[in-house]
Order: sequence, then C-alpha cells, then structure tokens
Amino acid sequence: MIEKTRVSANFSSVPVVLLLGLLSLPLVLIYAYLFIDTISNSDAGSLVPSEFTLQHWSFLWETKPGKPNIWLVTLNTFVFTSVITAVILLVSSMAGYVLSRLNVPARGFFLAGVMVLHAFPSVTLIIAIFIVLQYLGLYNSLLGVILVKAAIDLPLGIWLMKGFYDTVPWEIEMAGIVDGASRFTVWRRLVLPQIRPAVMALGLFSFLSGWSEFILPQVLAPGAQVQVLSVYLASLIADDNNFDFATFKAVGVFYVIPVLILYVFFQKHLMNIYGGGTKG
Amino acid sequence: MRILLDKFSKSFGTTKVIEGMDLEVGSGEMLALLGPSGCGKSTTLFAICGIHRPTSGRILFGDKDVTGLPSQERNVGVVFQSYALYPHMTVAENIGFPLTVRRLAAADIRKEVAEIAALVHIDNLLDRRPSQLSGGQQQRVALARALIRRPDVLLLDEPLANLDAKLRLEMRSEIRRLQKETGITAILVTHDQVEAMSMCDRIAIMKAGEIVQIATPSGMYNDPRSAFVAGFLGNPPISFLKGRAEQGAFVFANGIRLSLAILGGIPDGTVLTLGVRPEHFGTSGDIAVDGKIAFAETQGRENLYDVILPDGSVLRSIQSVRNDVAVGDAVRWSLDSKAALVFAEDGRRL
Repeated sequence: MIEKTRVSANFSSVPVVLLLGLLSLPLVLIYAYLFIDTISNSDAGSLVPSEFTLQHWSFLWETKPGKPNIWLVTLNTFVFTSVITAVILLVSSMAGYVLSRLNVPARGFFLAGVMVLHAFPSVTLIIAIFIVLQYLGLYNSLLGVILVKAAIDLPLGIWLMKGFYDTVPWEIEMAGIVDGASRFTVWRRLVLPQIRPAVMALGLFSFLSGWSEFILPQVLAPGAQVQVLSVYLASLIADDNNFDFATFKAVGVFYVIPVLILYVFFQKHLMNIYGGGTKG
Repeated sequence: MRILLDKFSKSFGTTKVIEGMDLEVGSGEMLALLGPSGCGKSTTLFAICGIHRPTSGRILFGDKDVTGLPSQERNVGVVFQSYALYPHMTVAENIGFPLTVRRLAAADIRKEVAEIAALVHIDNLLDRRPSQLSGGQQQRVALARALIRRPDVLLLDEPLANLDAKLRLEMRSEIRRLQKETGITAILVTHDQVEAMSMCDRIAIMKAGEIVQIATPSGMYNDPRSAFVAGFLGNPPISFLKGRAEQGAFVFANGIRLSLAILGGIPDGTVLTLGVRPEHFGTSGDIAVDGKIAFAETQGRENLYDVILPDGSVLRSIQSVRNDVAVGDAVRWSLDSKAALVFAEDGRRL
C-alpha cells in the first residue's frame, strides 16, 4: 500500500533510513548494472562504462541466427499468459463458488482434493505430463503447455476464491433468490461483484505466475515457434557458440518490463491476496 | 392473500425443529410470530418464502399449493434482519432488482421504482449506495425492494433488531402504515413482545417449535393460556407467586393467606402459581399485601417498584411517580384480585 510516511515525534527516522540504504546498496548496484550494461560497453575488469551502444538491444530488430524472432516469442508469452489467466479466473471463480455455497455431492472430497493438489510439487509430475502430451499430440504446442500450467495453478485459485466467497453474507444470496433470480444470476450479478477485488488480485497473480513460468514451457514446448521469453532467455545463456552476456541482460530487462508495469499500476490489488480477504 | 400452513414439519437432519404446525394468516392481516430464540420462528418464515423445504406438510398461498415451488416462483417479499441490500448497486438498482431479473423494460422499472420509493419516503436517495445510508434508510430500501413486485405475502425477519431505540419506534409505525396502505398480508418474526403487540393484528406465540397460543394482542395479554405466554407479554413483566389453594384462598409456603374469590372451585392443596401484572398491584385493589420495597426505578412518567413479600417472593408494581416511599420502606399495598391470573403447576391457566 502507498501510505505517506508520518513524521514521528518520538524518534528520528534518519538512522533507520541510513542503515537500510547501506544494506540495500548491493541490490541497487546489481539492478543498476543490469541496466547500464545493456546500453554500454566497458573495458575488461572496469566498472566504468567506456562507450554508449545500442548493439545489445539489436535482438529487437534483427533475428539472431538459430534463434526465433523476439516478437514472435513475446507474442507467444502474451498468449500463454493471458489464456492461462483467463482460464484460471473463469474456472476458479465458478468452482470456488460451488465449493463454498452449493450442496454438491462429495464436497468434502473435492475440498480436500484441491488442497492436496495445491500442496503437490508439480515438477514431480513433469515426466508423466510429458508422456501424456506426446501421446495426445500436444507436445511442443502452446495449447498443451497452457492446459498444464492452468491445471497446476488452478487449485490455489479455487481455494482462494472459495475463501473469499465464504465471506459474502448468505442473506445477499437469499435476498436474490426471493427476488426471483436464478442461482446463476445470483452468482453473476450479486455475489461475484462482492469479491471483485479478489478476482482482480487472482488475475494479476496468475498473470505474473504465467509470465515467469520457465520449467513447464522449457520441457513441454521448447520448439522455436512456440517459445516463450523465459525459454528464449535460457537458450541465450545455454548457447556456447555465441555467448553474449550483455544481450542476455538486455533480454532480461525486456522480459521484466511488463511485470514492473503491472506492479506499478496494480500493487494495491496484489496486496489483497497476500493480505487476506478484505471487502472492497 | 391468505397464507395457510397445514401440518407443517421441518427437521434438519435428526433435529426436529417444527412438528405438525397449523397456522392460518388471513388476507391483509399482519401476524407476529413471537417467541424466544431457537423456537423455530425463523425456520417457519424461511419455509414460507421457500428457502427451506418443509420436511412434511403443505404451504398454501390462497388456494395454491406452493409447497414444492422454489423461492423464485413464489411471490414473496422478504425483509431480512441485516436488510441484505446489494452493496455494489445504487438504491434504485437495489429496489429495481426484482423487476430487472424479470426482464422488464428499463422505463417501466424506473417508473415503478419511483412510485415505491415515494411510498417509503426515500425518493431523494435513489442514486446513493447502501453504505451511504443510515440504518433507518437502509430499512426503507429493503422494504421497498420487498414490496416492488407486489408480493402475495411480506415476510419480516426481525426487521427492527438493528435499529436504535428512537428509529425503532419510527419504523414500527412506518411498517404498519405501509402494510395497511398496500393491504398486503404480512408475517413478522420477532422476539420482542412490544413490536409484536404494537404492530400486529394477531400474535402467534411459539415455544420449542409449537404455537402455544394465537390471539389478538390485547386478548393474549388479558387472557393468556399459560404462564409462559403471560410471562412473555408485558413490560415490565408479570410477577409469579408460588403457593397452594386452601378453602378459596391462596396460601404461601410460610402460611400467609390471601383470600381470592377466583380460587373458588379449585380443590384444596392444589399447587398454584399466581400471576400478578405490575399494574394490578399498587394503590388500588381489593386485598392488602404487606411487603418491603427492595428496588425502585423511575421511568419518568411512572415508577417501578419491586416489593419483597414476607415469604421472599417478589411482586412488581408500576405506579405514577410518587416521592413518599423509598427503598427499604415497609408498605401495605393493594392487589387487584380479579385481575390476578392463576396457573396450575404445569403452567396451564386455571
């Protein structure tokens, strides 16, 4: 949350700021050089840049040999991330409602199952998933990896949504029903708007999670046509023939920009999910 | 419209909440379901509006059996204790919601909303959100939403419980006015006997899932069927004295006798409870009772006294304000023996 720092009469904040500043300096330097190195060349062993250059960003306008086009990769990443977000939002918001409110058979079993799936480390499944996808012909396709990633992230989403639905008063639903609305209308028009902040938060959360996903696309969709940015980035550093550390950094900066933008605009919503349920 | 419950029973799992209840509410009548918490009055209300399905028995609106109909197909309006307004909608959208889900034209909805808002005096608040309204205004919105589609029956679940004392008084008469103006059949669920007596045509008093007595407010007050009913109605409450009958007199445990004409015909030795309302003990009456003032409380216009009788039981007395007696004084006040109520050991009225 953005809050104005209040001046406390009891103690001065200067020592604290100094100490924190000192401790954070290495981090700040790392981030600063991550950026500086992408737009400059330095002599070997020197920390001071010797010339300004844009050659490290050249991946933006020319495709490196043996690498896919960066814009195709970016597009893939956006498609991958957006579809995952949409699927997670759609399924979690409905499944969470069902688990929270409807008297479905084996409700306890589903609740426990969702919990177990959430706790299950997805990497242990990856060989099995690989074989399944290959069998289905979805290996090396965006659709396949999207399905897998969405499925793995769903338990958390469902569980979170259920928690938020639990805070919506029953009376609102009863009122909707005696007002003549169907159960679906009640959900869509009355209950869902009550947890809008949570839906926003889950959407952002899924987007960030999808954007930074590496291991699933790396294993399940490594092909040039379906690469996402994280895989592209990894392939740069794995390429021993054309090792270019500055370009690697530039792609890294390029990769992180959308995340930074999201954080700047939506950090308040993200806090919602970490800070527990608040009604908006 | 007439509402009829016919041998209505409801249980949750193995817990029987209501068994074989019969209740008829006449068209245009306002009936109170009065009882302590947990007596099944809210369960009855939710069964009438269709949120709970009855375990057995029938529910009729007019001549139509609605037992198996879902809430959406019954024409009921409900005001919940918490009002259950939709926080993300404006007042106008809240009131219009029952019409919106019926896909009425927007212009018609606006017209209806304006009409009903004028009836409940909130026509200047239509653009606000529920969180910007006071408790009384929220209550009016809830009433308007319940009334807008002209329901067969209006159900009120503890509608005044969340209001402060002054507003409660105002909304009490307001709800009654609306009910009379619209001529709607209404059922009020409450645990507050003042609300039930002041707002309703008849009261059905409930205890442990059963209706103990149905009568008009004054009928029930003056002629309660049991000690439970007598104890539930009236504020300050009735006082009970324990003793037994002996030759037409009421005898306390310590032997003090009160001769009461109304005890004629009751066999000697019968264990009795005598109920005396505070207004029947004080300055006027036909038999004198000695006691000591243990507690005095002024209510502005009247004073309330607790008088300890020699055997230790307490009689309450309510009188116009007087300054000549104080706590600790011995008094000899009169009891109106004709107004005293006599109950048998099991609480039955004799």
